[in-house]
Amino acid sequence: MSSLKGTSLPSPRIAMLKTVVGALILTLLPLPSWLEIIRPGFLALTVIYWSIAAPRAGGIALGWICGLMLDAFEGPVLGEHALALAFLAYLGVREHQRIRSKPIFQQSLIVFAGLILYEFVLFAIDGWTGHASTTPLRWVPTLTGALIWPAAAAVLARSYRPRT
Amino acid sequence: MAGFGTGSGRPLQGRGGSPGFRFTLYAIASIAIMVLDQRFNWLERAHYILQAATYPVELIVSSPVAAWRWIENSFASRDSLEAENQRLHTRLRDLELRSMRYDALAKQNAALIGLRKALPPVAQRWMAAHIVNIQLDALRQRVLIDRGSLNGVTQGQAVLDDHGVVGQTMYVGPWSAEVILITDPEHALPVEIERTGLRTIAVGAGDATSLALPYLPANADIRVGDVLVTSGLGGVFPPGYPVARVTEVHKDAVQPLAHVRAAPFAHLATDSEVMLIWFRHDSPSAPLREHNGELTTGDRSIQALPAPARPAQTSPAAPTPRSPMPKAATGGAPGPAPKTRITTPAGRAVPLATHGGGVPSESRSHEAGSGTGKRPRISLRYPCCAKARGGLHVRPLVASRRARARALAGARTH
Repeated sequence: MSSLKGTSLPSPRIAMLKTVVGALILTLLPLPSWLEIIRPGFLALTVIYWSIAAPRAGGIALGWICGLMLDAFEGPVLGEHALALAFLAYLGVREHQRIRSKPIFQQSLIVFAGLILYEFVLFAIDGWTGHASTTPLRWVPTLTGALIWPAAAAVLARSYRPRT
Repeated sequence: MAGFGTGSGRPLQGRGGSPGFRFTLYAIASIAIMVLDQRFNWLERAHYILQAATYPVELIVSSPVAAWRWIENSFASRDSLEAENQRLHTRLRDLELRSMRYDALAKQNAALIGLRKALPPVAQRWMAAHIVNIQLDALRQRVLIDRGSLNGVTQGQAVLDDHGVVGQTMYVGPWSAEVILITDPEHALPVEIERTGLRTIAVGAGDATSLALPYLPANADIRVGDVLVTSGLGGVFPPGYPVARVTEVHKDAVQPLAHVRAAPFAHLATDSEVMLIWFRHDSPSAPLREHNGELTTGDRSIQALPAPARPAQTSPAAPTPRSPMPKAATGGAPGPAPKTRITTPAGRAVPLATHGGGVPSESRSHEAGSGTGKRPRISLRYPCCAKARGGLHVRPLVASRRARARALAGARTH
């Protein structure tokens, strides 16, 4: 990985792939309906993590590709999640140094704000394309996503540095 | 944070420009894809491929649940199997008795109408499909089934279970298809109230367990417990299949529309097997199609022809000239009152609509304009199922509300 030379760490791309696949499976796993409502956007959390942790290796491209993958499974139009996740990744990449230095609790708050923006982009595109779903339940995953951020970040960090 | 260790402190300007620039590029790409998909439907093919590409992943994800089911089934006790066998036997006997009765009724009906062809089309062919246990979208009511275009499944095909209407196929891949359930807020289903024949549209109410009937006027004749069946308009579902039972009717004196909810018969939440059905589109009860400004039914051979050339040529399908109906319906009748020159579904609908209340029924306009042979065009469209029927989305549904109001006004002035 040319962009990572100088660091002793292995390329995060393998870890990225693994975590993205894991997040996708968690997204698609059938759950009882009450769990479905509170299921956080695992892929969004993964994208946030990697855009902060490895802004050059993953970055916006990772968000965009993950979004397209999500679009293939759900969503009314192709490109919807791609745009929203690319936006989220952009915010993460732009502010990665500031976010990294924050304690985990404040990171959760930032992630909450990011997820709300992400959901709002989806909401807006849903509306523009005529597939609006105005149920307030759609905002629940932003909250649960922020709540599990510390755990998710820890798991994702382990995936990247299994040897230490 | 433990993980945030890579490359800190180095500027991000590397390959591909600044993050803002790259984001702009990706945003443009996303928007281009969205516009292509939404406006031009150029990505029909892409959806097909994606459906094929995602199916293996979906199968793998659903496999633990499927394996668990299989294990559960293979360890089912003898007692429960016997009980199930008993239950199925009872049900089979019951259904056989009912189908006998149905045959008798069908014959009677055919004799009465004098037109065997006028019977509503029943499913001609059906195929069982398993639901792949997977969560497609938490906000929308979609399921994935394990049959695709290689099994002959087409877009916009009716899906039923053994209790009622489930939904219709939306995206079809080679081995799988995405089904939009009738409870999806984007799904609109043309229904008829069985008791009165009143036609309306049932849309998904946004939750998994109910349908809404948003277009019924407050004075509509509808009660809790009424059964909704498919009306056959829209062309996706054959008429007469059970859809839902009305659970809630709320009429407010100041509101022009009634607030009606219904619970679907189909076991949408617990189904693991559904049926895809094929039915004859050219049945007289099939949806009205506009042909040269006239509303026609699917079967050309039994149209009410505008100018009768020869006197009564009784169709072979009308064995008993007991009633005046067959002549009128075969269309070659010489000089009956213009009112009887109505195609079969309209003829069926006339008596229903007269006591049905304030629906803008097509039959009225038929009656009104049939004398000249030039019937008024009805702009009423049932946007049954938005996406599957060639890219109609929610907007047509909203537009159809206006069209409905217009048609309502039109029907009253006639």
